[in-house]
Amino acid sequence: MTDTPFVIAGRTFTSRLIVGTGKYPSHAMMAQAHAASGAEMVTVAVRRVNISDRSKESLLDYIDDRIFILPNTAGCYTADDAIRTARLGREAGLSHWVKLEVIGDERTLFPDNEALIDATRVLVKEGFIVLPYTNDDPIACRKLEDAGASAVMPLGAPIGSGLGIQNANNIRIIREFSKVPVIVDAGVGTASDAALAMELGADGVLMNTAIAGAEHPVQMAEAMKHAVIAGRLAFLSGRIPRKMYATASSPLEGVIGT
Amino acid sequence: MTITLNGERFELDSPKSVAALLAQLDIDPRRVAVEHNLNIIKRPTFSDVLIGEGDTVEIVNFVGGG
Repeated sequence: MTDTPFVIAGRTFTSRLIVGTGKYPSHAMMAQAHAASGAEMVTVAVRRVNISDRSKESLLDYIDDRIFILPNTAGCYTADDAIRTARLGREAGLSHWVKLEVIGDERTLFPDNEALIDATRVLVKEGFIVLPYTNDDPIACRKLEDAGASAVMPLGAPIGSGLGIQNANNIRIIREFSKVPVIVDAGVGTASDAALAMELGADGVLMNTAIAGAEHPVQMAEAMKHAVIAGRLAFLSGRIPRKMYATASSPLEGVIGT
Repeated sequence: MTITLNGERFELDSPKSVAALLAQLDIDPRRVAVEHNLNIIKRPTFSDVLIGEGDTVEIVNFVGGG
């Protein structure tokens, strides 16, 4: 069976894997990992230019021209700061897409959903394509969709934790409720986590640390590419129901000695 | 005259345009976004917007992130 294309706000992506650009051992390795992942969209952060040290090479030199750049508002703790950062990101990148983050707590980096919904509303009015990073809460996702979000991006687990999908049923329910794409963002630790997100029906997966922090990032990027494809295929294939006891796979008739 | 540039005090000998400030700092204007007193400055107007005493300027670019 053929898959439906992965479309966000009218833009079609072949790959359902979105990756980050942070925490790689080097820019060169990041570029290799991006290529191995097959991702067509990568996230970047918006930060102050270092005025005193201008020697640092530009991240953008290491991102393939064919890859779509999605600026984030990571590190923002208020709707106002996130909105300012989104506007700066639009100006720096000449794209009106934003991965919207409004963080509510330093230790968990869990989103402040109330501020997130407010910021979504403001940015959508300004013409942004808003992809909010949110809790794995179906009601928050519904409110974000109502506020005009072009996708919802529930977390699988805390950012950078590698704990995998903590509340699989919520992800499934969010997919059932949402009319916009659902992208599981954060918490992936290894390939099976990405596969599970896709098996639950997610339209895509976004990850950074799972690849950048792996011992061999390029190899892990390739693993994630396959995991996302495998999970998607499994989702579309209609898995068998879970049963408590065995059902033989081989015929019961014709067993010798009976 | 003193301005606040990326959160720090910064001395300018005279008021100057955003374009001139970026040139002084050796920053490629194509790679950054500039906020002047909380207003985003569109790149085509970098030469027109003047930075004066007490102004607040943010110059940002893209860095690695998730």
